[in-house]
Amino acid sequence: MKEEKWDTVITSKAPVFDLRLSEIWRYRDLLMLFVKRDIAQVYKQTILGPLWFFIQPIITTVVFTVVFGKMAEIPTDGIPPVLFYLSGITFWNFFAESLNKASTVFRDNQNIFGKVYFCRLVLPLSIVINNLVKLGIQLTMFLLFYFYFLVTNPLIQPNLYALLFPVLVLTTAGLALGFGLIITSLTAKYRDLLFLIQFGIQLWMFATPIIYPLSEVPAGRQIYAVLNPMTAVIETFKYGFLGEGTFSWLYLGYSTGFMLIIVIAGIISFNRIEKTFVDII
Amino acid sequence: MATTVIKAENLSKQYRLGTIGTGNLYSDITRWWHSIRGKEDPFLIYGETNDQAVKGTSEYVWALRDISFEVEQGDLVGLIGKNGSGKSTLLKLLAKITAPTTGEARLKGRVASMLEVGTGFHPELTGRENVFLNGTIMGMTKKEVSKKYDEIVEFAGVARYIDTPIKRYSSGMSVRLAFSVAAHLDPEILLVDEVLAVGDAEFQQKCLGKMSGISQEGRTIIFVSHNLGSVRKLCNKGLVLSKGHLVFDGKVSPALDAYLDSLPTHDSQGNNAISFNIDQSKLFQFTEISIEDGHGQSRGKLFYGEDIVVALKYTINDDCRHFSTRLSVARNGETLFWSFDTDENEALYSRRAKGEYSAKIALPRFFKAGIYTLSISFIELGIEKEEHVDVIRFVLDDSKLDTTIKSWHAGRPGILKPRLNWVYTEHPVEV
Repeated sequence: MKEEKWDTVITSKAPVFDLRLSEIWRYRDLLMLFVKRDIAQVYKQTILGPLWFFIQPIITTVVFTVVFGKMAEIPTDGIPPVLFYLSGITFWNFFAESLNKASTVFRDNQNIFGKVYFCRLVLPLSIVINNLVKLGIQLTMFLLFYFYFLVTNPLIQPNLYALLFPVLVLTTAGLALGFGLIITSLTAKYRDLLFLIQFGIQLWMFATPIIYPLSEVPAGRQIYAVLNPMTAVIETFKYGFLGEGTFSWLYLGYSTGFMLIIVIAGIISFNRIEKTFVDII
Repeated sequence: MATTVIKAENLSKQYRLGTIGTGNLYSDITRWWHSIRGKEDPFLIYGETNDQAVKGTSEYVWALRDISFEVEQGDLVGLIGKNGSGKSTLLKLLAKITAPTTGEARLKGRVASMLEVGTGFHPELTGRENVFLNGTIMGMTKKEVSKKYDEIVEFAGVARYIDTPIKRYSSGMSVRLAFSVAAHLDPEILLVDEVLAVGDAEFQQKCLGKMSGISQEGRTIIFVSHNLGSVRKLCNKGLVLSKGHLVFDGKVSPALDAYLDSLPTHDSQGNNAISFNIDQSKLFQFTEISIEDGHGQSRGKLFYGEDIVVALKYTINDDCRHFSTRLSVARNGETLFWSFDTDENEALYSRRAKGEYSAKIALPRFFKAGIYTLSISFIELGIEKEEHVDVIRFVLDDSKLDTTIKSWHAGRPGILKPRLNWVYTEHPVEV
């Protein structure tokens, strides 16, 4: 008897290392529609609409400038504090918001997941892409400030490392996605961890050179700061665009490698939980 | 020969009862430890048949147990069974929404599921945007949706509102649009759950027509419905589930008979009454239902001409307003009528005091022979609460009927067999 060809095989076990990336491609239209839906939602029935994208980083920058710059007098490597904080905040917001939303994907979408099958990975991916669009919008604002200071302040010396920018964005996106997938998989069953997320992300920001430059960390302890994969990303960004900061291929390579591992681990754990999470949430 | 498009082998699904969370970590670790050593999951040994009326001793139940069947291309399969028999679970397994605990299913071609109408509809988006979103969620590409777009809008009949946000739609309109998207999916296998319960009668007819059209194009449909009438009309094959087991697999008409046979006429103690588990926290609760003859004797089989009385008991734990109790009667799966206790007693609708209620409902004596099933529910403010579909059955037998007069023949057309008096004028008029 000839072997029959089946398109779908439903079993209890999934092959662990099958990342099923081809499925994402099949659902690419859905991915883009989710992104569009989430962006459109910001506009609908608001007066300021997309202006909200700018208001949040501006206010945060002002607060940081006053509190950390003026009051605590934390040095900024000679970079104008506004630019220093804005660059860090823009990048960090991208990371924090992607991670935050991605880590509750199962909980937020249990209703739709329970009723129809589609490639589940599309949803966390759409969250990251949505934030990527937001990052793009916020970067235009950063660039406005940046060019102003570039002309008026001779201390700002951009260099070729600024070309690493796409790598930085990709690494940040990957880290947020990977961690988000792992957290949402872990919290599908035990929700305890969710209470830690908000709070954890906030603490994580202080462990990342957003409000202080890495050079301010005592030399012996810098190694601990660099273990945080976001450190090299932020420092490289500041180094490339502002000409101050720390850059090392080793550090950046570590962050990128870390990102790759965490993305794969995230997808594996997500795919495992995805098969039965409807029963346990 | 027709090709097999669905092949299920020993599909089983186990659920854990009670809360999931603390206390479960230990079982999880045990389970994990067993799997690491390559041993069978220790908890799969336990597990009981999913009999919802009886309180079990194990925390684990089998919602489905060793289900094997095959479906051929173009089949329209009706999946029938009581509430909790595993119909929806089986559909969810086939739709890949959740994975089986053991066993395997293989499918050929693209599968689309309609377990709920309008999954993923977003109220802020317009009808047009939602058609695209909904279509792609169900597995179409944007191009495919564009191609079908005009047909979808026309079938739903909402062309005029298509650029208005869904939140401004009437519920009927959004249901029509949602079904229309699903009906135009063009999958090779379509899984449909109970969705036709919504929408008006005209639209339901349209949907049923659409579904049989789909199957004539050589597509396969698995259809779950409580409305055995539409299953009989629409489907050519039937699968009957009872307490997680597949009890019948074959043509639709014997399948319906098998289903009706599987319904209870008595409880586990052999009493001709069905009693319900008491849950004190519930506001209203059925306690017992039985079928009695004219002498108050509960019976599962009655003969034509006898009185048939439904005895129903329930408890209301707090005063209720706008509340009715419903009884509906179906013969061989086809609903004959619904009756509400507030039909003739409007005072009962405006206010009902807490307490234990016991009602006797004498059924009219015009039933034909057949298998009768009763469904009961509470309705509060027009919303169905606590529905028990086909909760009890009785068999009406007319074999005792003297059929020497040929007009009493069992095959008489019509769904009722009333005894009517033909009153003639005293003498025939002479011609």
